[in-house]
Amino acid sequence: MQRPHIAVHKFSSCDGCQLAFLNAGEDLLELAQLVDIRHFLEAGIADEYAQVDIAFVEGSISTSEELTRIQRVRANSRFVVTLGACATAGGLQALRNLDDSNEAWKHAVYAQPEFIQTLDQAEPVSAHIEVDFELWGCPVNGQQVLAAVQQLLFGVTPLDPRDKVCMECKRQHAVCVMVTEGRPCMGPVTRTGCGALCPRFGRDCYACFGPAENLNTDAMSQRLQGLGLPPSDIARRFLFINSHAPAFHAAGRPFYREGFADD
Amino acid sequence: MDNSGILPRGALQSLLDALTDRGYRTIGPQVRDNAIQYLDLADVGQLPAGWTDDQAPGSYRLSRVESPRCFAWATGPQALKPYLFCSREVLWRAERDATGKLDFSTSQTNGAPVAIIGARACDLAALALQDRHFLGAIRDPYYDARRDTLFIVALHCAFPADTCFCASTGDGPRAKQGFDLALSELDEGFLVEVGTERGAAVAAQLPLQPSRPEQHRQAEQEIEEAAHQQFRQLPSRDLQSALFARLEHPRWDAVAARCLSCGNCTSVCPTCFCHAEQDVPALGGARTEHVREWDSCFSVGHSHLHGFVVRPETRHRYRQWLTHKLGSWHTQYGRSGCVGCGRCITWCPVGIDITEEATAITGDNWEPRGSA
Repeated sequence: MQRPHIAVHKFSSCDGCQLAFLNAGEDLLELAQLVDIRHFLEAGIADEYAQVDIAFVEGSISTSEELTRIQRVRANSRFVVTLGACATAGGLQALRNLDDSNEAWKHAVYAQPEFIQTLDQAEPVSAHIEVDFELWGCPVNGQQVLAAVQQLLFGVTPLDPRDKVCMECKRQHAVCVMVTEGRPCMGPVTRTGCGALCPRFGRDCYACFGPAENLNTDAMSQRLQGLGLPPSDIARRFLFINSHAPAFHAAGRPFYREGFADD
Repeated sequence: MDNSGILPRGALQSLLDALTDRGYRTIGPQVRDNAIQYLDLADVGQLPAGWTDDQAPGSYRLSRVESPRCFAWATGPQALKPYLFCSREVLWRAERDATGKLDFSTSQTNGAPVAIIGARACDLAALALQDRHFLGAIRDPYYDARRDTLFIVALHCAFPADTCFCASTGDGPRAKQGFDLALSELDEGFLVEVGTERGAAVAAQLPLQPSRPEQHRQAEQEIEEAAHQQFRQLPSRDLQSALFARLEHPRWDAVAARCLSCGNCTSVCPTCFCHAEQDVPALGGARTEHVREWDSCFSVGHSHLHGFVVRPETRHRYRQWLTHKLGSWHTQYGRSGCVGCGRCITWCPVGIDITEEATAITGDNWEPRGSA
């Protein structure tokens, strides 16, 4: 039987999610036996237009060149799987969508903005093409990615864990940092998948895995206000990584003020 | 009750040593990550001497008190449950050999028996309920193996938190049953009470001194005061019929508006036993592990049947939790599923209070519209 072909494509992103493959250790060696990796620039394999069974896509779509390229990826791939927050929900760069400030930022940041060709909005992959499965996280973690690969190789729909981080926190016996320290932990509205990484090290969750199912952002916002967070901080909690995810956008937008002026 | 005498404070280590000599892995309360947690305990110096807990809905804080006592606090985020009903464990494995044949094996390992120091009355009442679930008609071998060898040193509670209501559920603050040894802590030492023959054998190894009647009177008085200090309570009426008569009470919507549906309450509840199972195959598909982990009636998977979710909204999930815990447990296990430990109140990130909700829902004469 021919081994399935896979590709890993990069768009507007930091490359960090691709490390889920490169850091997989022995699993990477096994994966290389199970599949034929046709395109993965970070691993030194280049065949951008290869026809593949599964294309993993990292990064948001923020230039017209990327828009053309993602459409070609779709045409060349049986399954398209987004890899991480940028590809799934726009990522950090989608923050510029909040107040349509693309032009302003371009001029503020770059010495010669005329060389910067960007779309007005940095958007998730799903805004432009049909996506078969989304892997959340900034970054994704290796187990989550390999489990999805495994399930696709089995020919089944990958599991999509959507419970709150809190449940994993409790399974890991991490003590709640919101209840013991009043930290603005986003665990109660954030989807699991990270293994409760931050709370296990005494840090409040910053919602990098995006919205959980059946989340109550109104109650969460009220709690954050009760903890004394000013509106700009509440906006940051919801909008930081996944501002383009509809539930977080709706929750954070009312607290957001252009330019993050003083409260 | 068999009173054996008093163990002087300076001789408490002898209890740990006696248990260790018998092959037990000793577990006891310690301060870690801003909470009192039950962890491996080798030395009584690790106990939370001089610490107390201040608990309120959605808040848990430790503070120092001027006291030599090691148990001047009420409850931590967990106690016995994780040591018997593991939050995540592999139940069995399957492996495919070169010929394609599948080989199944259970992963049950018999680790060292556990001795837990400082279990409270609420913890023991919860343990009895977990026993009813896991050791009922179908015995769970994983739970059973750990339960069978468990040695329990109980501690009569003299320091209830503001969130405690064990007196109203009838489960505390005195530990009445289910312990091998029970201690009452006084400033000068620990009154030792024997509950089982195993406990008596351990007690016989301790340098106990004769106790005086006034020491027992003081211990009794402290337990009594611990009951009187509690101001929260569950309604004392028949909650099962009251709850099921009010399935459309508007309070369910009000609590759902506040509830994060995060599952913290069920995870810290010492009687909640719901779990999910899944297979975790290794890459390549030659090996797989069948894993059981804590689940919650607040998760989508809990009520996911083929093709649809029975309880999609928070109001359904909270109602499921409360009507089961305080209602249908009576039919299922012969009593309420709540032991009054107050953990669900403290560890709820938004401070929802089960006693307040149960009182609001069952307290009035509300009837569904059109029922008259």
